[in-house]
Amino acid sequence: MMQKYLFIILGLFAVLSALMVVFEKNPVHSVLYLVLTFFAIAGEFVLLNAQFIAIVNVIVYAGAIMVLFLFVIMLLNLNKETEPHKALWMKFGAVVTGGLLLLVLVSTLKVADNAEVNPMNTNIGAIRQLGTVLFGQFLLPFEVSAVLFLAAMVGTVMLSKKDIK
Amino acid sequence: MNALLKEIPLNWYIILSTVLFSIGVMGVLFRRNAIIIFMCIEIMLTAVNLLTVAFSVYHNDSAGQVFVFFTMAVAAAEVAVGLAILIVMYRNTKSTDIDVLNRLRG
Repeated sequence: MMQKYLFIILGLFAVLSALMVVFEKNPVHSVLYLVLTFFAIAGEFVLLNAQFIAIVNVIVYAGAIMVLFLFVIMLLNLNKETEPHKALWMKFGAVVTGGLLLLVLVSTLKVADNAEVNPMNTNIGAIRQLGTVLFGQFLLPFEVSAVLFLAAMVGTVMLSKKDIK
Repeated sequence: MNALLKEIPLNWYIILSTVLFSIGVMGVLFRRNAIIIFMCIEIMLTAVNLLTVAFSVYHNDSAGQVFVFFTMAVAAAEVAVGLAILIVMYRNTKSTDIDVLNRLRG
């Protein structure tokens, strides 16, 4: 029973702060609400007994990515006054489009057959188990992702150079 | 722990991540600031991560959580490159408004 209440509280927290990311006028406040969303989702991961993913979510998203966003926003000196806004009818259209997408997805997933699942081995989120799978079955993709990071790093440095020859 | 996990139906996770994904799509259409659009893309990625982890736990398969790990790695690389592109764009146009970037229009 307690788990259900925790799920509902964390879910409401995530959804409300995600909505605030969209509707908040000041970009710095948007970033802070996004951090709240990620913390709530990390709580949901803990509820699923996926501790490793929860910790990585907090460290990577709330730690690294959000600091990057904050740095860029403060570097570019964005604030409420310089914030561009869409016309009212386009905002209305965006909300209607989002609502219709939600309606379509929920009504599609409602008829999907997923009643047969039951979690038996609840230890699959443990770090030891995940490490065995990651460095056994998925060793090659892991190494390839290192190449991806190298490419991203080179690309970022090249893009931020003042005059590219 | 087994009995506790069964208390929450899988459908709840599906609906929560659907709602978060739709909020992300709405945000991309709603805002003009390119940085906020990036943040909404992050919300969408996290919604998909939540769904993948829920399926992985309810189907007893660790591979799903490893996929989420890779998704996070790709998201981190994407944000780094995307923000670098944004800074170059700001240097050229002095704004992060995506409506300014219509020069590729035919």
